[in-house]
Amino acid sequence: MADIILYRPHFVAFIILFLLGMYIMVVSLNLVKKLIGMYILQTSIILFFITLAVKKDSTIPIILPSATALPPEAYANPLPHVLMLTAIVVGVSTLGVSLAMVIALYREYNTLEEDKILEKMQ
Amino acid sequence: MTLFDDYLLLLLAVVTALGAVFVRDLFSGVLTLAAYSFFLALLWAGLGAVDVAFTEAVVGAGLSTLFFLVALFLTSHQEEVRKQLQVRMMAIGSLGILGFLLLYGSVDLPVVGDPKSLPSKHVSSHYLRHSLEETDTRNVVTAVLADYRGFDTLGETTVIFTAGLACWMLLRKRDDSAT
Amino acid sequence: MIQPHDSVIVHTLTRVITPIIQLFAFYVLIHGHDSPGGGFQAGTLFAASVILPIIAFGIQGSLIALERRAIILGGIGILLFAGIGLLPLILGGEFLNYGELPIPGMEASAKRHWGILGIEIGVTITVAATAVSIYYSLREHGEGEEK
Repeated sequence: MADIILYRPHFVAFIILFLLGMYIMVVSLNLVKKLIGMYILQTSIILFFITLAVKKDSTIPIILPSATALPPEAYANPLPHVLMLTAIVVGVSTLGVSLAMVIALYREYNTLEEDKILEKMQ
Repeated sequence: MTLFDDYLLLLLAVVTALGAVFVRDLFSGVLTLAAYSFFLALLWAGLGAVDVAFTEAVVGAGLSTLFFLVALFLTSHQEEVRKQLQVRMMAIGSLGILGFLLLYGSVDLPVVGDPKSLPSKHVSSHYLRHSLEETDTRNVVTAVLADYRGFDTLGETTVIFTAGLACWMLLRKRDDSAT
Repeated sequence: MIQPHDSVIVHTLTRVITPIIQLFAFYVLIHGHDSPGGGFQAGTLFAASVILPIIAFGIQGSLIALERRAIILGGIGILLFAGIGLLPLILGGEFLNYGELPIPGMEASAKRHWGILGIEIGVTITVAATAVSIYYSLREHGEGEEK
């Protein structure tokens, strides 16, 4: 398992960020801190997919007019890029709706801590 | 982009993510999150994902930081310190098991940079070969996003519109209580 | 509760930078075919060029004066996207197959080129309108008196 840390550090970083995001979402009692954790979780998954799309000695997936058409091994894989574009934008939409809910909760209960909100709701 | 550059940017991303979550003041946390987004955008641009890097820099580091800051302006921005040892121990334990399982499973993942790995076969090579002649577009990511996978993009645009609608409905002033 | 910024530097820079951001947004949208770019980035940059004067000058500094109804523009963007997709379906082809759009005198690959540009414009309108609308909704809660 040592070669993972040496030659594929992207997966180790993905695991660290994923677990960090989940830990913050589970443990933290402040609502905005939970959303920070959710954002870190989403971007770590994007990191994972982009790592799968990397090819050695390849260039960006834009076919330049100067050269002749290179074989597909010379371009980075465009399909995970497309999926991750969708993921980023959907992630920020989710963030916007979550922040609207946080503001509505603050307007009602005047605090951002989860346990105090639950107390006041009883 | 050598492995050393990857190491450096990954280390910076992890350090800024740790900094974003382990501060008390939420303003500092959100701005460190913007720095984290920028480091990730640099990493993706280095790995060859230029469209994703552009979108992350604009949408992730720009728009999400803006929304966070507006939300923090209107609410409080100090987090209270709480001791909840039992929850933390259980979280660390279960997430440790999950982390070990993920590490164990990542041994079988393809080597980073292998041009013959499984995600690069089949459909993806077809897109790279034929997108210029079929759609007259040099940016293969745009061609795939808008033409080959246009249905997903339609769904995504609907999701964005629905999110805007939901935000508006959640936060409008109730003029009359009947609606 | 969110006061307009009263520093000369911020005001001057905002006046200078906002048209540059809009121009860059147009550039990114139209060059999405040949360089990194496309609908989502351009839409967010448009939204930034609308939001920045609101941050700097307060609500009266806004360029379009219709942030309350900005979400309607989002619907227009989706209608444009789905409309360009429905036209081939009506004329006997498949949904979202731009090669069958009824534009005379173009071969299928050029029709796809213009179809892609059309839907990118739709996506840009939707993303820009939604971003401005979410910002305005998030801010409106604190600005109850100023309307």
